[in-house]
Amino acid sequence: MAFEGLADRLQGTLQKIRGKGKVSEADVKEMMREVRLALLEADVNFKVVKEFIKRVKERAVGQEVLQSLTPGQQVIKVVHEELKDLMGGEQSKIAVANRPPTVIMMVGLQGAGKTTTTGKLANHLRKKHNRKPLLVAADIYRPAAIQQLETIGKQLSMPVFSLGDQVSPVEIAKQAIQKAKEEHNDYVIIDTAGRLHVDEALMNELEEVKEAVKPDEIFLVVDAMTGQDAVNVAESFNNALGVSGVVLTKLDGDTRGGAALSIRSVTDTPIKFAGMGEKLDALEAFHPERMASRILGMGDVLTLIEKAQSTVDEEKAKELEKKMRTMSFTFDDFLDQLDQVRSMGPLDELLDMIPGMNKAKGMKNINVDDKQIGKVEAIIRSMTKDEKLHPEVINASRRKRIALGSGTTVQDVNRLLKQFEEMKKMMKQMTNMQKGKKKGKGFNFPFMQ
Amino acid sequence: MSFFKKLKDKFTEQSDTVSEKFKEGLTKTRDSFSTKMNDLVKNYRKVDEEFFEELEELLISSDVGVVTVMDLIDVLKDEARRQNIKDTEKLQSVISEKLAEMLHKEDEDGALNIQKDGLTVILFVGVNGVGKTTTIGKLAHKLKQDGKKVLLAAGDTFRAGAIEQLDVWGERVGVDVIKHQAGSDPAAVVYDAIQSARSKGSDILLCDTAGRLQNKVNLMNELEKMKRVIQREVPDGPHEVLLVIDATTGQNAMSQAKQFGQATDVSGIVLTKLDGTAKGGIVLAIRHELDIPVKLVGLGEKMDDLQEFDPDTFVYGLFSSIIEEDEEE
Repeated sequence: MAFEGLADRLQGTLQKIRGKGKVSEADVKEMMREVRLALLEADVNFKVVKEFIKRVKERAVGQEVLQSLTPGQQVIKVVHEELKDLMGGEQSKIAVANRPPTVIMMVGLQGAGKTTTTGKLANHLRKKHNRKPLLVAADIYRPAAIQQLETIGKQLSMPVFSLGDQVSPVEIAKQAIQKAKEEHNDYVIIDTAGRLHVDEALMNELEEVKEAVKPDEIFLVVDAMTGQDAVNVAESFNNALGVSGVVLTKLDGDTRGGAALSIRSVTDTPIKFAGMGEKLDALEAFHPERMASRILGMGDVLTLIEKAQSTVDEEKAKELEKKMRTMSFTFDDFLDQLDQVRSMGPLDELLDMIPGMNKAKGMKNINVDDKQIGKVEAIIRSMTKDEKLHPEVINASRRKRIALGSGTTVQDVNRLLKQFEEMKKMMKQMTNMQKGKKKGKGFNFPFMQ
Repeated sequence: MSFFKKLKDKFTEQSDTVSEKFKEGLTKTRDSFSTKMNDLVKNYRKVDEEFFEELEELLISSDVGVVTVMDLIDVLKDEARRQNIKDTEKLQSVISEKLAEMLHKEDEDGALNIQKDGLTVILFVGVNGVGKTTTIGKLAHKLKQDGKKVLLAAGDTFRAGAIEQLDVWGERVGVDVIKHQAGSDPAAVVYDAIQSARSKGSDILLCDTAGRLQNKVNLMNELEKMKRVIQREVPDGPHEVLLVIDATTGQNAMSQAKQFGQATDVSGIVLTKLDGTAKGGIVLAIRHELDIPVKLVGLGEKMDDLQEFDPDTFVYGLFSSIIEEDEEE
């Protein structure tokens, strides 16, 4: 199938090696072939892949992999490290001009998400940096592009500067900066029209805008689903304008996003932000390490852990751990957990981040529905205090009452009670396991700490 | 080189404007592909492992996708062995023949399923930013020129400015647009549009939808609902569900085709933005693995830049400079 992670890909090769006890150079060669395929399937440009494989192979054929007891894992580790290095450090800083306003120009192909990103960036600047941005509608070509930005401006209660679609983008940009000075806006974000990198006339227009307003940042907006052509796009825009940063959009989809690597390696420009949804606050700093995992199909565990850390109360977690060990976990605790998990975001989004839970991999039957959780919550809230603490007292008539009270059926109640029992058992096993030497390995869900 | 000749003949039969437009739009695609192909043949005169490896890369660089490329290379290797082809130049026509075969089914005409009598409903689906609204505008223009009475449904009630965008296209082309307020239920818009199409006696209703990523379960359910509403009102509809795919998209297009296909029974693909350097090779993979045909191709931003997809012409576009050279010999 099309979407296999590197780990899955290496399985077959590793099975062959397992019986041998020693890894030969031929085996490494075969593994490198799998690495190559995994990267190509992730849409990393083939030239970039070639270079990359050369480097990894050197390390792999060296002592590191051949002598290790777990060559497969070693290969994945080396690949992951190299990817991480290539992707560079995390850089989500935005320039500040000595004399305001700071001017940011948004450029890219049609449909990459420039206008939406313009709104998100403005929101980010206001929320995180306490700035007062002015949005500039300089896309005079696409029908209703100006209205789109104006609507976004309204949603954010932010000013949008436009002169309609009969004035040249250069003129619009110039006047916008004048306006920003008058109104004391410290940032100006110019939304330009999408254009093909081979369209000389329109590329010249961008150069003219750049010449006229001397932007402090030029952000290239790229769709994360872009294929092999990403290198051409990035190179052309970079050569024409000198891009200062990249925003990768639509990363909330199920694309591997190999384009990120391609862009990085041909432009050497940092990827600063990632678009993670259609809402105007769905802009995140770009994390190279996570991207490396994602390209390799290893899931986005780090994001998940970070989300968990920012929402889970440390004290509560400790208390919980104790409860789990002693099997005194109650429905009240369960409710608490649900709340915490839910505050991390929509569940299917969370599940997507766990390796192996990727929906493209035969997990389609698991449709996580936030409504289902609402149901569970209703059932628990319909229990008496005593029932929550000692679920074993819940008999048939109590079940009926709970179902009635929560607007569910007795079957729903039964199911929950059974699941809860199983969960308790599982937790005990988990905590026992963790007391052993396995600590720190594997992924800990908040209530499994 | 009978296959090239066949292509060439077919091509000269077509009206000049159509073929010129196609060639013009595909210039970038063709140039890079055929130049590389020529280089490849010149650098590797002998059909051997090395040649196939290079060919594999050429195809992968067009986003054809690893699985499909491997299959294709296997077929070519077999063919080379069977026909005892040692010379790479001779293999060229086999390559393009196999490519065209892959895109083309004998008994298929690739035309849109337009009803002779009564209302034809076409639903457009796809991820964000692929060009659904623009494609609808262009198709409306095309159909209107063919003498059809066209109506548009502004089913993208979510994205800022989407309704206005379709409205502008409606004005440009001179067709009516049925719209509700932003944020309203898109299924209701489609329902109203069907009623309105009936009372106006429209021939074709084109339904826009909001772009959505295929892994968003709720949004995919919403699409299913829109389709159900159409089915209830027009029992044999929608007559086409067209998945719009951006030619610059890589392997994710496969996942798009799969999941949109599951939700809405996609009947055809519109490949947009093929006038850049992107080659849209992923349609080969989609055809190969999922058997969904490409029906329309977007070749620019102008109103008449939408063409019916013809596999032979597509391959001709890719190889035309090779074919022309061949003619000169």
